[in-house]
Amino acid sequence: MQGNALRLVDCDRLAVRLGLTREMTLADARARIPGLVALEAEPLADREFLDGVAAFCDRFTPLVARDEPHGLMLDITGCAHLFGGEAEMLSLVRRVMDRLELGLRAAIAGTPDAARARSRFGPGADEVVPPGREEALLRSLPVAALDTDAGTVVALSRAGLKTLADLASRPSETLSARFGEALAVKLRRILGHEDRRITPLRPPPDCVVERHFAEPFADMASLEAVVVRLIGEAARVLEARGEGGRVFELGFFRSDGAVRRLAIETGRPSRDAGALLRLYRERIETLADPLDPGFGFDAIRLAVPLCEPLGTPQHSLDGRAVEEEAVADLVDRLVTRFGRDRVLRFAPQDTHHPVRAAKALSAAAPLPEAAWPEPEPEEPPARPLQLFEPPQPVEAVAEVPDGPPIRFRWRRLTHDVARAEGPERIAPEWWRAGGDEPVRDYYRVEDAQGRRFWLYRTGFYGAGGAPPRWFLHGLFA
Amino acid sequence: MPPAASSVLSDLRRSLAEAALRAGPAAAGRVGLGAAEIDAALSGGLERAALHEVYAAGTAGLAAATGFALGLALRAARGEAQGEAQEGAAGSGRPILWVRQDFVDAETGRLHAPGLNELGLDPARLLLVRARDGEGVLRAGAEGARCPALGAVLIEPWGEPRAFDLTASRRLALAAEGSGVTTLLLRVAAAEMPSAARTRWQVRPLASRALEANAPGGPAFGLRLLRQRGGAAEREWRVEWNRDRCAFESRTPFDRSDRLLPRRTDVPPLSRPLVPLSGDGQAAAAGPDSGLRRTG
Repeated sequence: MQGNALRLVDCDRLAVRLGLTREMTLADARARIPGLVALEAEPLADREFLDGVAAFCDRFTPLVARDEPHGLMLDITGCAHLFGGEAEMLSLVRRVMDRLELGLRAAIAGTPDAARARSRFGPGADEVVPPGREEALLRSLPVAALDTDAGTVVALSRAGLKTLADLASRPSETLSARFGEALAVKLRRILGHEDRRITPLRPPPDCVVERHFAEPFADMASLEAVVVRLIGEAARVLEARGEGGRVFELGFFRSDGAVRRLAIETGRPSRDAGALLRLYRERIETLADPLDPGFGFDAIRLAVPLCEPLGTPQHSLDGRAVEEEAVADLVDRLVTRFGRDRVLRFAPQDTHHPVRAAKALSAAAPLPEAAWPEPEPEEPPARPLQLFEPPQPVEAVAEVPDGPPIRFRWRRLTHDVARAEGPERIAPEWWRAGGDEPVRDYYRVEDAQGRRFWLYRTGFYGAGGAPPRWFLHGLFA
Repeated sequence: MPPAASSVLSDLRRSLAEAALRAGPAAAGRVGLGAAEIDAALSGGLERAALHEVYAAGTAGLAAATGFALGLALRAARGEAQGEAQEGAAGSGRPILWVRQDFVDAETGRLHAPGLNELGLDPARLLLVRARDGEGVLRAGAEGARCPALGAVLIEPWGEPRAFDLTASRRLALAAEGSGVTTLLLRVAAAEMPSAARTRWQVRPLASRALEANAPGGPAFGLRLLRQRGGAAEREWRVEWNRDRCAFESRTPFDRSDRLLPRRTDVPPLSRPLVPLSGDGQAAAAGPDSGLRRTG
């Protein structure tokens, strides 16, 4: 909707043939074609669909970029020979898109902008622009191929400049003086005078191994056999480079276009095919929605997006390294099964605030080197074993002004305090957000049954204002 | 040395170390609690390569049972080099895996690393897995019980999840026997049920030995050995956890300090002032000479 009128965002081929155009108001279109079927535009859904197609095109090259709003740009440098040359590759793309019932206009050229212009304004058939012929072929395209706003196109044609050749024959200084530098750059790019790199949707991985199949297959046993072979191959590639992978990503390309990706992470760089295979099986087993082969997979790829140097391991005799390795393997398995944020280690923090004193970090990442303070010998624990977050409000009866509670009620039970120590005053950290909360006075108390609690009071008796409140913050063993 | 020979040597070392890892702890036999009387009754302690159960005595015993189980795990995870001769060095040892169901965190508070540190477990040695349900707890626990490099595995489901049946406990026990890892099943809010555990303990909190100025002392537990496979009938002990020695210590039932000294609430301490009038009218309600005020 623009200017309070509903307008057509896009129309299909039939509608174009009937004379509808973009930007036409819906009322006009309805007047012309009473039986018009109009659907509300959903740019987000369109984009999602385009991303799906992009993921599908991942099978042709790892470098796929979106070309908004309807296009995809594939950098097939060095990939075409795998499909039998550029022309064969293009016809394969055509066949596959036909099978998915998607309309396609495609062209292959030396630079992204040339390919784009040729695919949109070229003759229509699939076209491979031979190297070196870009300029000759592209000069005949209309100025609309520059993809600038409508006003510029009108201005250009009023000046009698109809094709790119007309533009190219003018000195670029006058063009940029009249229409801006962007237009001149665009022209240079389309004519192949200037090359630009596309930004792929997914960064190219360090190491990729893949298998393509002439016939799609849906048998899970052979699928695993392929994965085993891919993992072995990737392990050999990594070993030759002296590297190990931290993340392994398996892509399953289904013949109907759906792509499923599964990632396996390891805590340390690894190229141990056996361990990786175990993690893969673990991953497959824990999938909430199992791998659905549909009509079969026609390509499987193992990418290693993150590699780190890994030397040949040297083993010492004391077995310490073997133990550490075994624990790291266990962590990898647990992380694969339960997720990164459920397998934790604790790191100390330099703060006196009880809640922030420890930070739970994912065990998948290496733990920062930091020592915990040695507990005071022969002293009872000063901090509780279990901490409530948020603290639990309790009703307490206490001696004024700063005595420990004598009796308190928590979870509908009254506890008579037999022993107590405190207060230990912990002030909020004023340099942080939320640092203006009241000071807390903590007490270690033990009730008549021998249970040990950590309670605190906020506020003071007799200071005016709101009466102090008591909270239970932790339990001691 | 030619590269091939060094790699062969390295492989040999590795397989030796792995063999030692597999054979080592299983041969080590028993884990003593550190208190002579209890160890004698258990003929040396708990079997290392086995499953043991710790039950909390009602909801009141939650924290105590957790503390006792942690003590057992610490005893089991001590490095072999530090036997009884080196009681002092409690800081180092093998890693401990703790598997906890989310609901336990909600009910009894989450594990607090500084508190673990205060009980003698260097939090860097702890690997915590938070599982959503009983099944996840069991799976992670079994995975850990099979890993011989761990010092101990603590499994803490909430209540009585369906997954924890006799078969599951047999599987855990078998995994523990195979790897030599002491596996502790901490049952909170659960009724006793049949299992393949070697021993079953019930833990309740015990009043601590008071320190100066009637401050609470270190952790103290009332233990009841409910079941011991092929062992004596039910027994009860009172123990304290000594973090510096990384050991439990017996307490005689008639220890003088054991008796509770209820605070005298009728007389306010001399140094304390009486209730100051704050103007909100509550002081009068609490009574001018009690020295007490009710809030909450």
